[in-house]
Parts: sequence; C-alpha cells; structure tokens
Amino acid sequence: MHELAITESIVAAVVERMPDTPVRRVNLSIGRLSGVVPDAVRFCFDLVTTGTSLDGAVLEIDEPRGRVVCRRCAVEFDTDEVLALCPCGSADIELLQGRELRIRSVEVAA
Amino acid sequence: MCGTCGCAAETGHGHGHARTVPLEVDVLAKNDGLAAANREEFARRGIVVLNLMSSPGSGKTTLLERTVRSLGAELPMAVLEGDQETVLDADRISAAGAHVVQINTGAGCHLDAGMVARALPSLAPADGSVVFVENVGNLVCPALFDLGERARVVIMSVTEGADKPLKYPHMFRTADLVLLNKVDLLPYVDFDVAACVAAARRARPGVAVLEVSATRGDGLDAWYAWVRELVAVGHRRSTSSQRS
Repeated sequence: MHELAITESIVAAVVERMPDTPVRRVNLSIGRLSGVVPDAVRFCFDLVTTGTSLDGAVLEIDEPRGRVVCRRCAVEFDTDEVLALCPCGSADIELLQGRELRIRSVEVAA
Repeated sequence: MCGTCGCAAETGHGHGHARTVPLEVDVLAKNDGLAAANREEFARRGIVVLNLMSSPGSGKTTLLERTVRSLGAELPMAVLEGDQETVLDADRISAAGAHVVQINTGAGCHLDAGMVARALPSLAPADGSVVFVENVGNLVCPALFDLGERARVVIMSVTEGADKPLKYPHMFRTADLVLLNKVDLLPYVDFDVAACVAAARRARPGVAVLEVSATRGDGLDAWYAWVRELVAVGHRRSTSSQRS
C-alpha cells in the first residue's frame, strides 16, 4: 500500500506550496502505467487530509494512457499494459508516457 | 446578483468562487532528489549499493548471510536491513560478520531514499565498500522508490509461481539481475524454470537470471562473480571520475 506514502507526499507538497490556504480541490494526474492505484489514493486522501488545510477538498484524478515505443521496430502505440507487446512481437519496449504522478493544480477560494 | 463578480448568487461573496493555482509537482520528485544525492555520494566514495527486493520468505537474508561469510574477507561490506518490525534479520547478518543497521518502517511497506540517507551515518560504510540494502519483503511498493542504488536485484524462489514477473511487472521491469533461489527444492515442487526465465525477460528483456540455492550453495559462485564485476566497474568509474 505505497499509496498511503504517495498520498502523504501529495498532501505535504500542497501544504508546503500553499501554506495556510484552505484548498478546495486537488487535480492529480496518475498515469495508467505508474504503478499507483487511483482508488487507493482516493481512499487514503480523506484520511491523510483530516486536520490539514486540505480537509474536505475534492480529489480529481486524470488517468492518462500509456504510450510506448518498440526498441526493435520503432513503432509507437498507446497501451494500458505495463508489459505491452509490440505488434511485431517484441517485448522490448520503452515507456514514453503513462508513468505520470503529478499534482497538476489546486483550487483555492478566490 | 453578486456585486463582486456578477454571478447569479444573491448574497454577495463567500459563496464558493475559486481560483485555480497551477502546481505541476512530480509527487516522487522529493524521493528522486534524495536518491540522486545518495547516488552522487556513493559514486564519489566508490561505494556500490545493491537494492535487494523480493516477496517475504524468498531467502534474501539467508543469501546475505552466506554472501557475507563468503565474500566478507575479500570485499568490505555493510548491510542495511529493512523490515516493518524487529531486529531479527539484523542479528543474523551481524552474526555472519557484517556491520548492519536495521531500519524499521513500522506501517511502511518499502524503504525510501530518505530512510537510507538517515541510516548512512550509523552504517558508516567504508569508501570502496559494497552495501547491500535488504528492502522490505514486498513485490509491489519498493519498485517505485529509487534509493540511489547502483543495481536492483530481484530475488524469487521456486516455491513461488513461475509467472510472478508478469504479475508484478513494476518490480521486474527495473531488475538488473534476477536470482531464482531455492533450486535445491526443484525435485519437490512443480516449478517451470524455463517459463520463469521467459517471464522475467518478458518484463525485462535480456535480464540475467541466476539459479541459486542460498542454503546448499548452488550457483552462488556466479552471484559472487556478478557482485565482483559490479564492484570492479564501480571502481573503474570512480577512478576515472576522479581523474576528470
């Protein structure tokens, strides 16, 4: 359950950048090849934010697909599989996108 | 109408207007930064760090005990032990003759770069030594956390499923070496070594897989040779960076 540590890092990073500011919404990007489960982050979020400036904030998670390139035939394609197979049969692929684990933005009172 | 912004609310402000503040923060950036600092210090001091990861019970500690006894006289080494609780593994490593520091993660399911950095002063590894980091037994969480290691060694045993590399792809896709342990039990278990090797290479194309028995000693010479080679490369790199 590394999502607990991940969620703690998210909350700490927001509090550090927005000190003493009540946060209403947190917009995250968790790529589908990141190895982090969005539902587990949602589960942890309410626990971890209790008593912080993010208490009660809405968590919005965008889940971008993976994009990979085959090292053998150089074809690029989208996938949700960490161990994607290229149509040419090669398993030797490089992940280009989909491992994102980013806090995109937060919403605070105007 | 709200007099501040012209929205439809009738009671003035305080009704929920919000502004968006872009942050674009990489969540793992803090760990990655600490790992980079660890890696730089290790490189500067010629210390080769191996991150040993596996499920619980694959034989990491037994492998390390044996490695310490066999290589300890030849290579200066130290061990960082990661477990949720107890100093049981550290006691075993200490009895084998290596300097060891135990990190208890409590509820934590993995080591991170900060824990390694904080343990370093008490571990005090000698320049030019090998540090084995025995991560918390877990094939999921440790995969995401760079410690600043030179190489990642994933250990699995023949009492597990041969398809484990496919089930835990994040762990195996970053492995620099896979050790298949407990091969002395092969006559008694239904385990397809070739399928396991194929699965490991599906996750990490070309990865070396060594078949070993940490209790009986099979294959350990190949493991020691792999460690020696990593150390030799490390020392060559360290020497050349000092020159440049």
